[in-house]
Amino acid sequence: MLENIYTELIAEHSQAKDNRRHLEHATITERGHNPSCGDDITLELEVADGVIKDAAFNGAGCAISRASTDMMIELMRGKTLDEARRLAELFIGMIKGEVTDDTELEELDEAAALKNISTMPARVKCATLAWHTLDTAVKTLDGGDHA
Amino acid sequence: MDKNFLNDFPILRSRMNGHPLAYLDNSATTQKPESVVRSICGYYGGCNANPHRGVYELSLKSTKIYEDARRKVARFVNAKSTQEIIFTKNATESLNLIAYSYGLTNLRGGDEILITIAEHHSNLVPWQRVAKATGATLNYIYLTADGNLSAEDIDKKLTRRTKILAITHISNVLGIVNDVKTLAAKAHEVGAVIVVDGSQSVPHIPVDVQDIDADFLAFSGHKMLSPMGVGVLYGKKEILDAMPPFLSGGDMIEYVEEQTTSYAELPQKFEAGTQNVGGAAGLSAAISYLQGVGFETIERIEHELTTYAIDELKRLPYVELYGCETANKIGIVSFNVKDVHPHDVATILDAAGVAIRAGHHCAQPLIKYLGQNATCRASFYLYNTRRDVERLIETLQTVRSVMHLA
Repeated sequence: MLENIYTELIAEHSQAKDNRRHLEHATITERGHNPSCGDDITLELEVADGVIKDAAFNGAGCAISRASTDMMIELMRGKTLDEARRLAELFIGMIKGEVTDDTELEELDEAAALKNISTMPARVKCATLAWHTLDTAVKTLDGGDHA
Repeated sequence: MDKNFLNDFPILRSRMNGHPLAYLDNSATTQKPESVVRSICGYYGGCNANPHRGVYELSLKSTKIYEDARRKVARFVNAKSTQEIIFTKNATESLNLIAYSYGLTNLRGGDEILITIAEHHSNLVPWQRVAKATGATLNYIYLTADGNLSAEDIDKKLTRRTKILAITHISNVLGIVNDVKTLAAKAHEVGAVIVVDGSQSVPHIPVDVQDIDADFLAFSGHKMLSPMGVGVLYGKKEILDAMPPFLSGGDMIEYVEEQTTSYAELPQKFEAGTQNVGGAAGLSAAISYLQGVGFETIERIEHELTTYAIDELKRLPYVELYGCETANKIGIVSFNVKDVHPHDVATILDAAGVAIRAGHHCAQPLIKYLGQNATCRASFYLYNTRRDVERLIETLQTVRSVMHLA
């Protein structure tokens, strides 16, 4: 059970430093928080012409939430806001066990490695924290565009 | 040699993730002995009816069970009278009752409420709300380096302006025991009432409300072998008498007119609606069980396990302990594994059948004060064994390698 969760890949991403920084020109800053366990991240996005140019995060969390955030940021760079929301939905669907088809999940790239979390109800919130945070940020930006 | 308690707790013979269960989350809730489960089955199987109201035999039986349980609780904490024992849902409801009924009525702008930084959210958030609503100020007693309350802070902040001192008897994160008897005397000197959160003390050490001279004491049944959904508020009769009701409705009234109501006497005044009689029966059976074992034995078992756990944890260079440099503590050990989030530690322990709590333990201000985001917490009760601690330690030794850190 544990070796399917704490894989080499997850360990690497959970310890990676590249995306743990502050963006000089962030378009939006969104805080995500799991009150039950204390995971607390601040996600920053730099968006231009509806495309995520750069993303970064700071905060504290468990290995699963850190790895998930790191992989999400790698995936999102260069994506349009619409794509970003769709991918976040796909990821959350995977963790909830609603999307299980591996071909469909290929789009998530390395983040698909977190699929096993769907069998661990206690850790679902850890894996999805960053993705819900991203979704909220993009929704806010979208709302701003149409206003 | 102690009695083998495992025989009384069938759930402790079950398995978790293929391993025998080592249940070390007793500060969150305890397991229930067969005698407690039987008492609940016995109530619903043979005595269930709405108490206090029926004239028929079954209702009288139900009333007797409920009121016998109240007598048992009153003797257990040495209350002067059964009128001072109010059944609630849990300690949280008891504390809310005090905050809303006593706090909102008696506090004004300029008054002060004094609590400690080590409070559980249930003895903190209600006071924040009372402070907001009344214009009173909420002040905190902080801790010394070893986790004990700062005596200097107490002397500085407990003043004539303090109207309520609300304090946990034992911290649910650090296990540190507060000298509530001395604090009660100090509170009374300045004219304040003392509210004692006994959630972590009543299950583990003898608590005598008259000896402490507590004005209020709150505790939960489920942390002391009884079912969930039943808790207790003790209050001095003269104080409870002067307080307005908290919840209102059935059972707590005397006469109801179209526009006015007169309320029932204590304790019914504070028990609106049909109460948890099955839960009260379970609590009564739990008290019998605890008295059968004896607090001397319970304290000795927990002390041995806590000391053993702390000694072993100190041998692990990558483990950091909180509040473990004082002898003034019982049954609870908070720690972190270096570079590993408590949630990951708890998952790895879970895979080995060891149940601990990870997170902020409903005490976010304390965790922040300790400079942490979260901690791991192992907490013991009378049925735990050295083997449980050994398995905790053995599994902790694997945590860093599972996380690819060693």
